[in-house]
Amino acid sequence: MVRETNRHFQFDWITIILFLLLVGFGWVNILSASHSGDIINYFDMSQPFGKQTVFIFLTFALIILLLAIDAKFYERFSSIIYIVSMLSLIGLFVFGKNVNGATSWYAIGGMTLQPSEFAKAATALAVAKHISDLNTNINNLKDQIKTFIIIIIPAFLVLLQNDTGSTIVYGAFFFVLYREGLPKYYLTIGISVIIIAVLALKFGATIASSIIGVLVFTYHFFNKKKITLFQSFFVLFLSIGISFGVKFFYESILKPHQQDRISLWLRLEKDPVKLEQMKQTFAYNLNESEKAISSGGFSGRGFMEGERTTGKFVPEQHTDYIFSTVGEEWGFLGCSLVVILFVLLILRILHLAELQKSQFSRVYGYGVASIIFIHFLINIGMVMGLIPTIGIPLPMFSYGGSGLWAFTILIFIFIKLDSNRINEW
Amino acid sequence: MRQFLLFGSVILVGILFISRLFYLQIYSSEGHNLYEDNAIRKVYDYPKRGFVYDRNGNLLVSNQPSYDVMVIPREVEPLDTLEFCNLLKIDKEKFIKTFNRARNYSPRLPSVFVSHLSKEDYAVLQEKMRKFEGFYIQKRSLRHYQRSIGANVLGDIGEVNSRIIEKQPYYKMGDLIGKQGIEASYEKTLRGTKGIKFIQKDRFNRNIGPYKDGIFDTLPKQGKDIHITIDATLQEYGELLMRNKRGGVIAIEPSSGEILAMVAAPTYNPNILAGRERSKNFTKLFNDSIAKPLFNRSLQGVYEPGSPFKLMNALIGLQEEVITPSDRVTCYAGYKYGNRFMKCHCYIGKRNDLISGIQESCNAYFATTYRKILDKNNDASEGIDRWSNHAKSFGLGNFLNNDLYVGQKGRIPDRDYYKHVYPRTFYSTYTISNAIGQGEVATTPVQLANMTAAIANRGFYYTPHIIKSIEGEDIPEKFTERKYTTINKEHFNPVIEGMHQVYKNGTAKWLQVKDIDICGKTGTVENFAIIDSLKTQLTDHSIFVAFAPKDNPKIAISVFVENGYWGSRFAGKVASLMIEKHIKGYTTRKDMEDWLLRHTLENEYAKPYSGKPFNINGETQFQLVDDNEYEQLKEHLRKIESQN
Repeated sequence: MVRETNRHFQFDWITIILFLLLVGFGWVNILSASHSGDIINYFDMSQPFGKQTVFIFLTFALIILLLAIDAKFYERFSSIIYIVSMLSLIGLFVFGKNVNGATSWYAIGGMTLQPSEFAKAATALAVAKHISDLNTNINNLKDQIKTFIIIIIPAFLVLLQNDTGSTIVYGAFFFVLYREGLPKYYLTIGISVIIIAVLALKFGATIASSIIGVLVFTYHFFNKKKITLFQSFFVLFLSIGISFGVKFFYESILKPHQQDRISLWLRLEKDPVKLEQMKQTFAYNLNESEKAISSGGFSGRGFMEGERTTGKFVPEQHTDYIFSTVGEEWGFLGCSLVVILFVLLILRILHLAELQKSQFSRVYGYGVASIIFIHFLINIGMVMGLIPTIGIPLPMFSYGGSGLWAFTILIFIFIKLDSNRINEW
Repeated sequence: MRQFLLFGSVILVGILFISRLFYLQIYSSEGHNLYEDNAIRKVYDYPKRGFVYDRNGNLLVSNQPSYDVMVIPREVEPLDTLEFCNLLKIDKEKFIKTFNRARNYSPRLPSVFVSHLSKEDYAVLQEKMRKFEGFYIQKRSLRHYQRSIGANVLGDIGEVNSRIIEKQPYYKMGDLIGKQGIEASYEKTLRGTKGIKFIQKDRFNRNIGPYKDGIFDTLPKQGKDIHITIDATLQEYGELLMRNKRGGVIAIEPSSGEILAMVAAPTYNPNILAGRERSKNFTKLFNDSIAKPLFNRSLQGVYEPGSPFKLMNALIGLQEEVITPSDRVTCYAGYKYGNRFMKCHCYIGKRNDLISGIQESCNAYFATTYRKILDKNNDASEGIDRWSNHAKSFGLGNFLNNDLYVGQKGRIPDRDYYKHVYPRTFYSTYTISNAIGQGEVATTPVQLANMTAAIANRGFYYTPHIIKSIEGEDIPEKFTERKYTTINKEHFNPVIEGMHQVYKNGTAKWLQVKDIDICGKTGTVENFAIIDSLKTQLTDHSIFVAFAPKDNPKIAISVFVENGYWGSRFAGKVASLMIEKHIKGYTTRKDMEDWLLRHTLENEYAKPYSGKPFNINGETQFQLVDDNEYEQLKEHLRKIESQN
């Protein structure tokens, strides 16, 4: 009986408080970014902040529901949840509503729902379920492929809907698989390919290959036992292949707007006239967002005082570019606070995941942390100009019901699983 | 170890983000600059530009309102174009053309639709303006020149160009700035400081409201009124006398360095550069490359000074103790040096001392003096440097560093100057033309006037300047401190006596004015022009410098009349009359006045462009103005006389 009464209080309150702080601060900034003139009614459904208020209230209902459901339900029904979620993605091709070039929404009454947001949680459940299966051995190539398929299906479906950002999020599962024993060479190869690709784009394929060549042969010269001459040559030829492959991919496969984004990111354009043109066109958002953040200074311009925010200089400021509002109005202090809250939230979830006795809970927890991390990395990195423009929201912070609820589901399923770890055997 | 990959990545990214934030928000953030923030619209409130008065408190320049019709194309509603065009006095084609141009510039921002409406048009239009949505009237301020004189002194204002904006960020597109004269040299004083209103705008450039309820807004600071040293009546009189001539007149008050009159001929009515016709008129003046009305001859005209420069050589000779006032030089109707000969109009065998040398402007006397100066230590190289330094102490050969907007250095040569022509040997005879103010010596009328003022003061001068007073502010100290020349005071008296004799018995004895002791010096300067690639001699320039009265001088003047032949023919008359006008307030030599108004030099100026061979100097006929114009000039003269 004692255990029964205590169960409600075994939720991890640190995670919950961090979650609520982010949601609350997010709402404050959406209010700044989207209000026009005097605010009469916080529930004004014609304004984004009004809708977000409603979304947040509905979130509390959702949390209660999620925590009320038995923890075992999520593991048992994970396959079904996954299949339903995939069907909802496929259904978009028939019933989907096109917004800004992406067919990612269902329109129900006056509301729109974005199933790809929920698919992340479903996939995390499915991956956890598959890896924790006693018959699965992640070192086994066949099992690796099976896992990859689970991840690739939703990734591919959202890519077809022109939602490149969400596709990249599925890369988060690499962290999960690596934690669960994916061979190390995946990591080595992955990092190497990224480095070679960046070098090839920035300095050209020839220079990139030469750099790799010099590094490999120097390494060979000092560690003859670890790497033979033949292996060195093999690595070199592979790098040359990748370098030219990346160049080809960049020039012939990527769409012009994607090329522009990468070119801007790597500062490939030197001509000041063209740079100015870029700032007026596709780099407009980024340029305005950097200016807004920069104008905040140390302590910011103050709540509702940012003139760039008030003047709505940054398009999409209440959604993907919400962090620039924080930058302008709350300054370095506010931004650092947001970064620290996210880091703490992710680390807390990771810490809890490591404590899990059941592999299912641990893998799922890892999935949750990885997905939040990738969103955090890409969104804030993009708004500050550290990585190329990729449109994904900042979890809990950006305006949008689907996103908020999807992350609520993601996090609170884990909180429920965690609260149940005492009952695990 | 595997669990640390994500753990480490999260911490690494956190640190990376905070570093980037530090870079963006603290390191590279230059604080918040309202002026550079493109989210804030800056609306300027222009202050009244200061008025300009002459030395006697007569208003010269004030402001007049001007009205521009502005349009914001997006806000324009269908209108009765016919009525609108009639009100603005434009045709429909022009309406469509202007409207399209405004829309192409920006549909949201205001453009000028019709500029500088007359007061009458404005009065009618104002009543009906509310009928025309999207159009409004913007009031601007233009200059109004009360008397149409002194265009070269007062200058004008015009819109800033992009080069000025780049150099001086105070100015924004469409702002007015002084372009020439007083308007340019006292720009900051006259313009004041504009006020500013900050208005929050959105990314579509629409106004949302005052930024922070206007706490950063500033009020405009009014421009200051200034008094200038010009005597408007004397200036007007000088301009009238110089009508139909080319050249410059500068009159200075020796006891203060104040410029009493500064005439550049030909000139123009300053009012034509204010208002609707400004750019058309300016282009016309600018393109007149023969008469060059925008060229301020009194400040920028660099001429060989001719005989007035003999005064300088006399002073240097006395200071260097190579001559005494009583030493005599025999003139052989010229001066022979080597196998060359410099002509003079003295009779053969005339023995001149210093005073008669100046009185008769004897070339032989000054050639001898010049050679004595240079050969003093048997080293002409060292001699010419000494000579040069003496001359430069009178403000010759360099900018006067005054408050006039333009100027020229002129030229006083020294040994360095001749280095490339005479690299090794250098004798005094090489530069003998400098003795009589020709050759390499070159001065501007203002420099000559200043030299005359220094002689009048017996050895010092004040930098000639044009500012008399600025509301409650002292004029700069550099204008009130004495600049001493290198010539001792006692050497001036014989030279001044010589100048006095010029009027009493010498080259200017026909120019005497009753009751005023004038000291002067005539000058007649040979000059050449290149016509069809041939060096052709033109009629000599007429030059005159003078000051008066001999004791306690009130005015020093230099007059330069291009191609006026000998010194007392044109320049001397102008100088004498202006001296009389300034000292007495009226003139008695009506004969000279009449003569000057009657005679024009336009025929002289037409010669080089006639394409035909022509005679010069004595062989030319005088040209008279026609009776009609003569009457007009007389009428003008009467108007000036009635001002006293």
